[in-house]
Amino acid sequence: MSVLIFVETQEGKLKKSAREAASYGAKLAGKLGTDAVAVAVGKIDHSELATLGQQGVSKVLHEENAKLDHFDSRAFTKVVAAAADKAGATVLVLSSTFNGKALAPRLSVRLKAGVVTNATELANTEGTFTVKKAVFSGKGVANFTFATDKKIITVNANSFPIAKGEGSAAVEDFSAGLADSDFGVKVLHVEKAGEGIPLPEAELVVSAGRGLKGPENWGMIEEMANLLHAATACSRAVSDVDWRPHHEHVGQTGLTISPNLYIAVGISGAIQHLAGVSSSKTIVVINVDPEAPFFKAADYGIVGDAFAVVPKLNEALKKYYANN
Amino acid sequence: MKFLVCVSKAPDTTTKITFTDNNTKFNEDKVQWIMNPTDEWYALVKALELKEKLGGTVTTVTVGKADVEPVIRKGLAIGADDAVRIDADDVDAYQVAALIADYAKSEGYDIIFTGKETINYNGFMVAGMLSELLDLPYISLGVKLDLNGNTATVVREIEGGEETLEVKTPFVVSCQKGMAEARIPNMRGIMAARTKPLKVVAAASVDTYTTVHHFEAPKERGNVKLISPDNVEELVRLLHEEAKVI
Repeated sequence: MSVLIFVETQEGKLKKSAREAASYGAKLAGKLGTDAVAVAVGKIDHSELATLGQQGVSKVLHEENAKLDHFDSRAFTKVVAAAADKAGATVLVLSSTFNGKALAPRLSVRLKAGVVTNATELANTEGTFTVKKAVFSGKGVANFTFATDKKIITVNANSFPIAKGEGSAAVEDFSAGLADSDFGVKVLHVEKAGEGIPLPEAELVVSAGRGLKGPENWGMIEEMANLLHAATACSRAVSDVDWRPHHEHVGQTGLTISPNLYIAVGISGAIQHLAGVSSSKTIVVINVDPEAPFFKAADYGIVGDAFAVVPKLNEALKKYYANN
Repeated sequence: MKFLVCVSKAPDTTTKITFTDNNTKFNEDKVQWIMNPTDEWYALVKALELKEKLGGTVTTVTVGKADVEPVIRKGLAIGADDAVRIDADDVDAYQVAALIADYAKSEGYDIIFTGKETINYNGFMVAGMLSELLDLPYISLGVKLDLNGNTATVVREIEGGEETLEVKTPFVVSCQKGMAEARIPNMRGIMAARTKPLKVVAAASVDTYTTVHHFEAPKERGNVKLISPDNVEELVRLLHEEAKVI
């Protein structure tokens, strides 16, 4: 018996989301009285994988196969399923990343294991095993139970703190015996959206909407994002008219995010927008309209003109970072 | 080319969400059901675009009882050629995927489209499960798709960018913004939809993997703390000292 964690890597390093998933899996393993084992694929040094010991992982299975440097849901499923068999895993933990969520449902079928995606806190193991997640685009919370013996959980970004203990995990080479026929897609190229912080995993997010009046006014939003080391986001209205790229759209039909801080500038806060951001830990709303519905969903609010407030706030942030 | 589009119902985006039976059931009373937005706007319309360019047929498939038929008719009004309703209440992602796989396995579809995720359970699961059940390649979060013979070039979203890949039919793809432009059904489409074939098939016996044990309302936020626009330093202080997020 064990808890198996699939850890994602990027350019030879473990992703932050991988350490969050590892911390979650190790904590869960502790509660279940078993070991946390991780599985990683592709090119990455064993010394980097060994640091998963800090998150409480005792062993890492590593399949270093150059073909796995790009994601292929079918091939990855075979590797993780083989690792689950080898480790005798009864619970699998993945990050709620795009790839994690592509993999989890395939593994569910392969291993006959129920899956709950986007878990927001540690599974409850007292009595009935339940996993909590946001449903109805954040307008409700559901606690799921499993009819299967094996269980799969994907963990939302920023929902579980990274454990920083001592220790080093044993790293073991591993092969699932992949054949060419296990691969279904051929990656031609990858294009980065820019040097900024990717929105899905960002801890701090600065977002703006129609209140900014035009795409030429985003300079002050980007400046605030730079000061805070935050990602930028936008409302649907703004991405629909191409003021901002589609991948920045948060809301019911765009991305759902759960950063520690979400600053919304000139966004009225329609229910569909709130759906994408309501699980943010702290929400700040800056809007000229005191009746904007977003104020009801915010922790802090400034009623004022964005063009006056944001530059002042940027100055205040500069001062703050100069002293901290 | 044969295209299959998985279409699900979802509560209208402005629905107030409440629960009944001791918080174990979603209260469907007065809920207005719509077609799940990403199924309609991106998956269905992309299939229609391919059909218009390359020929073929677009079929929609839905797991649901008779009350879901208005949603299915909308898909026909937008332009699907025919529709299949698998006659069962949809109870969990695995059950839905297994029922669709059971229907689709002998139909020879070239591409199976789904939306990104439904806006009720936000599971992001049916497309992946379906691809594993049918042993097909699966591309999630497609934003662009070109088909040339049996080779498709698909662009999908990845964290912080986009990946372009090649895949041979048959495959499963989930669609999101960018994939197509939403269409509004016109009067001719709505009239035509009334007589287009909607086949009801009996549900196979399949398993259920997960159930909702109980629902909760989301955590309430306290009252908003308003800060004067002339005192933005106070906001910075609160973010640092009180919220501890910077």
